[in-house]
Amino acid sequence: MSADSNNGASKSAGNAAWEPVIGLEVHCELKTETKLFCGCRNAFGDEPNTNICPVCLGLPGSLPVLNIRAVEYAMRIGLALHCEIRPSIFHRKNYFYPDMPKDYQVSQYDAPINVNGWLELPDDSRVRVERAHMEEDTGKTSHIGGGGRIHDADHSLVDYNRAGVPLVEIVSAPDMRSSTQARLYASELRGILVATGASDGRMEEGSMRVDANVSVRRAGTFELGTRCEIKNLNSLRSLGRAIEYEIERQIGLVEAGDKVVQQTRHWNEDEGVTSALRSKEEAFDYRYFPEPDLVPVVPDGAWQAEVAASIGPMPAERREKLAGLLGPEVVSRARADQIATVVEHGLDGLVTAAVGAGIDTGLALARSSNEASTDPEAARRIDVGGFVALLGMEQDGKLSATQSKSVLIEMLEHGGDPVEIARRRGFEALDSGSLAGVVAEVVAGHPEEWERYLGGEDKLVGFFTGHVMRASNNRADGKAVAAELRRLRG
Amino acid sequence: MTGPGPTDPGPGARPSPALEIARDVRAGSVSAADVVDRYLGAIDEIDGELHAFVTVLHDGARREAESVDLKVAAGGDPGPLAGVPVALKDNMCTRGVPTTCSSKILDGWCPPYDATVVERLRAAGAIIIGKTNLDEFAMGSSTENSAFGPTRNPHDPGRVPGGSSGGSAAAVAAGLAPLALGSDTGGSIRQPAALCGVVGMKPTYGTVSRYGLVAFASSLDQIGPLTTTVTESAVLFDVIGGQDPMDSTCLERPVPRTVSALGDGVEGLRVGLVNELVDGVDRAVEARVRAAADALAGAGANVEDYSIPEFRHGLPAYYIVAPAEASSNLSRYDGVRYGLRVEAETAEAMNAATRAAGFGAEVKRRIMLGTYALSAGYYDAYYGQAQKVRTLIIDALGAAYQRFDVLVGATTPTTAFAIGAKVDDPWAMYLSDVCTVPSNLAGHPAISVPYGTDESGLPVGVQVMAPALGEPVMFQVAAVLEASAPVLGPPRVHAR
Repeated sequence: MSADSNNGASKSAGNAAWEPVIGLEVHCELKTETKLFCGCRNAFGDEPNTNICPVCLGLPGSLPVLNIRAVEYAMRIGLALHCEIRPSIFHRKNYFYPDMPKDYQVSQYDAPINVNGWLELPDDSRVRVERAHMEEDTGKTSHIGGGGRIHDADHSLVDYNRAGVPLVEIVSAPDMRSSTQARLYASELRGILVATGASDGRMEEGSMRVDANVSVRRAGTFELGTRCEIKNLNSLRSLGRAIEYEIERQIGLVEAGDKVVQQTRHWNEDEGVTSALRSKEEAFDYRYFPEPDLVPVVPDGAWQAEVAASIGPMPAERREKLAGLLGPEVVSRARADQIATVVEHGLDGLVTAAVGAGIDTGLALARSSNEASTDPEAARRIDVGGFVALLGMEQDGKLSATQSKSVLIEMLEHGGDPVEIARRRGFEALDSGSLAGVVAEVVAGHPEEWERYLGGEDKLVGFFTGHVMRASNNRADGKAVAAELRRLRG
Repeated sequence: MTGPGPTDPGPGARPSPALEIARDVRAGSVSAADVVDRYLGAIDEIDGELHAFVTVLHDGARREAESVDLKVAAGGDPGPLAGVPVALKDNMCTRGVPTTCSSKILDGWCPPYDATVVERLRAAGAIIIGKTNLDEFAMGSSTENSAFGPTRNPHDPGRVPGGSSGGSAAAVAAGLAPLALGSDTGGSIRQPAALCGVVGMKPTYGTVSRYGLVAFASSLDQIGPLTTTVTESAVLFDVIGGQDPMDSTCLERPVPRTVSALGDGVEGLRVGLVNELVDGVDRAVEARVRAAADALAGAGANVEDYSIPEFRHGLPAYYIVAPAEASSNLSRYDGVRYGLRVEAETAEAMNAATRAAGFGAEVKRRIMLGTYALSAGYYDAYYGQAQKVRTLIIDALGAAYQRFDVLVGATTPTTAFAIGAKVDDPWAMYLSDVCTVPSNLAGHPAISVPYGTDESGLPVGVQVMAPALGEPVMFQVAAVLEASAPVLGPPRVHAR
């Protein structure tokens, strides 16, 4: 089951003597209506300290009551990752921090709900998932003044709205061998989280947070090197950059005869470096013990089956289905990327509806993965009939590609009927007669370029198309211009 | 709350002040306002000497009494405890009223919510008259570990009332409240009940909601009644018990109603007299326990001596489990959100300074013990081992209850000791809990019933233990014991 060590092309190709070993720990917030142990609203971006109660503030005497919907969401994630669902209990993880209302975090420790799963990446490698367990989020601290870190701040403010928000932490095995593969894993996992409906997987809002465990070992050996854990990775790009940096740093150390020290390291996005937060010796002793205020969670078979039936197809299956729409055509890299984008943003429905209505699959994929994906949330709400109608107009040559794109953008922003929008904007594709006239004018105005085109310089199609576009106020269709140029060349 | 009032205790039973008040207030022959004024007057008069109360709710109690009287006047059902003043151990949350746990660290904190038991008391027509003193965070057996000074035993003000619910026990014994609630983690209701000559009962774990009880050791804590009579204990238990959606550890099974079992007698019941709860205790205590066993035999029970050797591991296991949970439960007192804050340069230094200043010596000792017991590398040897002992004790009790309906023994190894006698010897103090911890470790119910005195007139308690949810049979036996016990004279310090 272990990933093949050749999986994913490492960018550290210059150090073929060393093999990076990477595992990811991903925290995702569950998008339940209420928090994990109380009835407070679970919402991002509300006025600070408005979604709080005695329980999530950890007031003396308060007790947690487990949110069954959160358990169900955790099970959805587990099932989507092919995990076994097991009877589980919660532990207390004890440490002092101002944003921890109880100064312990309720988390699953040695009896997590989901264990032994796996995730297949688009490159066909498989990464094992050791566990996906439930825990509560902490509050959010803002350090005011000084360097913005707790030790030199003038004062700190704590928002407990986030305290008690349900999280699932998904821990992979150290099966990844490159930053590329790690990014692929994170992105595929994000797609799965979104597809289960359990989480919205937004790294920038912190609803999905990734920590990377990185070590290196001499190529061809099996023993794992000393690892470092990297925190503060707020985007897939940071994830990739930080892992690259860390791999090079560790190789540099061992090649210089030094040892890698087991550490937690902080990624500084601006400087592009990781720096030590704390070493193993300074690591907290969390004094885990079973949370006596909660009872075990034992999902029976019927409940598991009910949850399994409630989740739709996962991204891999959906990508396959979209690729199938292309017919016997070999799926190019560009097409595969479009399909991945469509699935990532949950826009499969737009593509299948358009293709079902006779729209060319390539066109449906292009508009869904480019324009529609600029605002996936709006695209998921867009009127499907209107979308199909727009693509029909474009396919029939009634709108140029450029016009069609701008109508689609407007539909995403404000909604509306594409025919109406096109009419209001005065969009109307040139009919073939007018088009031929404009092309002829442009050719006549650029005799030198025309000679070169006739001489075989095909890339000048772009030059002429650009001029035709400008001359026609973008009403010309690029493909039609190219066809006209070919016709003139004879 | 609707339904009939409290059951008539029947002929020969001891006077139950709480039930008499409820009867009269419900009948409209006495006003709740007068009852409350009478008790507030008594508190004002003698609590300066006893120090049973940390907070007396003069205004709040009068307001609640008025609303009970209005309800009676309007012909509504004011509840089974209509107009009955109740004293609450000050580790139960009361909305807008300071809840101190007798600790400096909760200085100034008023909970924004009521504990479930407080809601249930109010729904039953009871009136919260005040908050009683305790060993800080319920850690202790003498109520000397209070940031506000010790409570005195009404039978001898030079002696301790026991603890940690010493304030509640003393208040009931001295007639400053007809009913009180305490919490029992290792004996903290039963031991002070025994030392003050009142009835103290620890219910089955999970029958009374812990929501709003400031946690000491979550897997052991249970709220229960301190009362003058066994009947009152059963009535109060029936009022506060029952499932609560706010406490996940509350049992879903319906709590057996206990009041109806009180008159059933002990004819044919099998009673085990536990050697380990008789042999090692003071001779005077032993004599009273044996007299109690004889009385049960005389009333028709089959009494047999029985040994549970596992009990000797109870105290060490308890003093691992309880401090371990406490070390975590008390982490939240960090100066960040409520209570005491001692300012310092960094957040960490502020935490440390706050906790250093806010906690008393015994609390610090238990936090250290518990932190150690849970530390990496020590967990298996201490906390893990203690949990195994807990299982052994549960199994041993399971075997005992194959043979017996109830078990009896002493509640405490000694009668009330002098104030100051054990404060410098934690281990001697911990031994006060030796007879009571097995019920907490097993989660079983147990009750202490006053059964005469030692030669200097200090009360002795006899303990009746029953299996989980065995409250009805436990009360049944307790009622027979009570009926056969010598009547205690009024304590030296008592409301007129």
